[in-house]
Amino acid sequence: MLKELRPALVLIVVMTALTGIAYPLAVTGIAQLAFPWQANGSLIERDGHVIGSSLIGQRFADPAYFQGRPSAAGEGYDAANSGGTNLAPSSRKLVDEAGARVAAQRQANPEETGAVPADLVTASASGLDPHISPATAAYQAKRVAAIRHATVEDVRRLVAEHTEGREFGLLGEPRINVLKLNLALDERWPLKR
Amino acid sequence: MDATGILQILLYVAIILALTPLAGGYMARLFEGKVSFLAWIERPIYRLCGTSADREQHWTGYALSLLAFNLVGALVLYGLQRLQVWLPLNPAAMAAVPADLAFNTAISFTTNTNWQAYGGETTMSNLTQMAGLSVQNFVSAATGIVVAVALIRGFARHSARTVGNFTVDLTRAILYLLLPVCIIGAVVLVWLGVPQNLGPTVEATTLEGSKQIIAQGPVASQMMIKHLGTNGGGFFNANAAHPYENPSAVVNLIHMVAIFVLGAGLTNTFGRMIGDTRQGWAILAAMGLLFLAGVGIIWWADAAGNPALTALGVDQSLSPWQAGGNMEGKEVRFGVALSALFATITTAASCGAVIAMHDSLMPLAGMVPLVNIMLGEVIVGGVGAGLYGMLVFVILTVFIAGLMVGRTPEYVGKKIEAREVKLAVIAILVFPVGILGLGAIALLAGASAIQDGGPHGLTELLYAYASATGNNGSAFAGFGANTLLHNTLLGIAMLLGRFVVIVPTLAIAGAVAAKKTVPHSSGTFPTHGWLFVALLVTVVLVVGGLTFFPVLALGPVVEHLSLASGALF
Repeated sequence: MLKELRPALVLIVVMTALTGIAYPLAVTGIAQLAFPWQANGSLIERDGHVIGSSLIGQRFADPAYFQGRPSAAGEGYDAANSGGTNLAPSSRKLVDEAGARVAAQRQANPEETGAVPADLVTASASGLDPHISPATAAYQAKRVAAIRHATVEDVRRLVAEHTEGREFGLLGEPRINVLKLNLALDERWPLKR
Repeated sequence: MDATGILQILLYVAIILALTPLAGGYMARLFEGKVSFLAWIERPIYRLCGTSADREQHWTGYALSLLAFNLVGALVLYGLQRLQVWLPLNPAAMAAVPADLAFNTAISFTTNTNWQAYGGETTMSNLTQMAGLSVQNFVSAATGIVVAVALIRGFARHSARTVGNFTVDLTRAILYLLLPVCIIGAVVLVWLGVPQNLGPTVEATTLEGSKQIIAQGPVASQMMIKHLGTNGGGFFNANAAHPYENPSAVVNLIHMVAIFVLGAGLTNTFGRMIGDTRQGWAILAAMGLLFLAGVGIIWWADAAGNPALTALGVDQSLSPWQAGGNMEGKEVRFGVALSALFATITTAASCGAVIAMHDSLMPLAGMVPLVNIMLGEVIVGGVGAGLYGMLVFVILTVFIAGLMVGRTPEYVGKKIEAREVKLAVIAILVFPVGILGLGAIALLAGASAIQDGGPHGLTELLYAYASATGNNGSAFAGFGANTLLHNTLLGIAMLLGRFVVIVPTLAIAGAVAAKKTVPHSSGTFPTHGWLFVALLVTVVLVVGGLTFFPVLALGPVVEHLSLASGALF
């Protein structure tokens, strides 16, 4: 075994230098030079302050905003502690929580009488899902329009403008970035606080 | 289930099929020593190691070198975690990792499992992530590759005493294959939105005026190797479901291709090095059949949605406005179709990265990843591990075929005799021992780690022990594995599943290398046709299925039936 120990030690030192230090540092260097915005987390600034990342969902409780998905990350949308509920499909807790969310959504959106879209009442995998489905946006459009004194048609048009299709028309699912949509809402129909 | 979903799956299969001969051809030339543009880096490394590119080892020497290297690697990783609080590159001031968790994690990353009993952004310093975990991502993947290469050489050579040189093979796998692909891939990932920085967390003031702390780090460089090396250990707790690890379906496609490309390519490397590429395609065909069946079952089971939620008035139907299905633990940008595809890929290979929480899959959907792992992850499989795992099943298959016709079994010109079959059976028995044996002890002594009640609770525990034994690393993450008992038992399961398979595999490599090649005759059972493919698939299913069927019936099957009848736990 001693004979094997020398190459083992040399290899681990060399590989640590190559793959553990040189590789990530080289990629960091190239990334920071070529794509600094992405490399630093795709952050969005407003009036010089970071208000979030275009990739990371954040909590919207105010009914004047479109709400994102329920989140199990920390206390909700904790971007330093990602994760899902990991509840079983047969879990009573899961079904009770979904039931409470359905009731809350019906109360917040009284004009919508149909079934509640699935992604509005189920927690995402990361707890930081930045998107909602077009169905979930449509479900909230009347409420947001009423609070912001806008017409439902105008709000729907804004939602349509912010709906991202499948990539190359094929990959993934149609979706709306909630933070970007809400930023556009604030710009178009500012909230008087 | 819709046309776009089917098209996405077919596109993925087509890309893998197109890349297989390219990757396979390159690896064949690489391990035959025909690629040498980095010889100026190689030579000093070999000199420091006291070896040279033309000095080969008997299988025992190869195995000892491999074990020594893995031991040293595990000790370094353990030390880094315990000492990280005093070491540099710790901007978020992470504390030293507790002993049992550090032991579990050190084994986990050395064995290419990447089981994570911790959350990355809350436990590990940047130094530990880079110089510890990332290094093992490379070298554990390379370890898998070189074992497969040694076994391929065994079948390709005749009357040979040696199977290669571990130091040389490992160095070449990293220098010429993993590193270059990762450097290019990681830069592309950053371009597509994956962060890569050494900064601390970012503090944002949200639109509603509250504070959001956003974890940062060298994510892209770890993403690329964690998928290419079928490691699967996420930078963040939510793994590839985290929008920083996997911001879009395009990035997701790169991740999925990276997971399979080397494993599929190695079937072609095998074919080329033994001089009959049809043998490689036959193995890939058997893998492909099992793979497509898995994707189909998960997608079907999850697309139907959760009946308990439908009853509450939740719309889970597929429409132009939503992907529908069981969205608990899934991301909107991926939906049910891509989540089904990824869940199959990650458990068919021993990757273990996730874009959907497996714990929240519908019962029959969650059973597929579990079965994929229990079958030994031979469906393309972990880099290297998939091919040598499947070749172990091939030995069993030709043995059974030989028994049926009463003839000494042969495979690619090598007689398969008692020694090889015994070694193959040892490797196969590791799975029931690790999953059912250690799992039973865990159930008796540590059931409190189970989160959900009812049959799902059993599945959670079973999945943990399957994932560890299979060196997969994905989890039914509700299972609270970070306890002294489970950290220890799962650590043992990972060691079993890695080295008690690798050593017999290398012994088989040595045994078949020493044999003469027998000429092809009219009595030789052809191992490149559909008859053989069907027989191989059957052996994989029967061995896996019969061993684990009873416990699967008690877990996911009972949960499915009770959920359908409206019972909750």
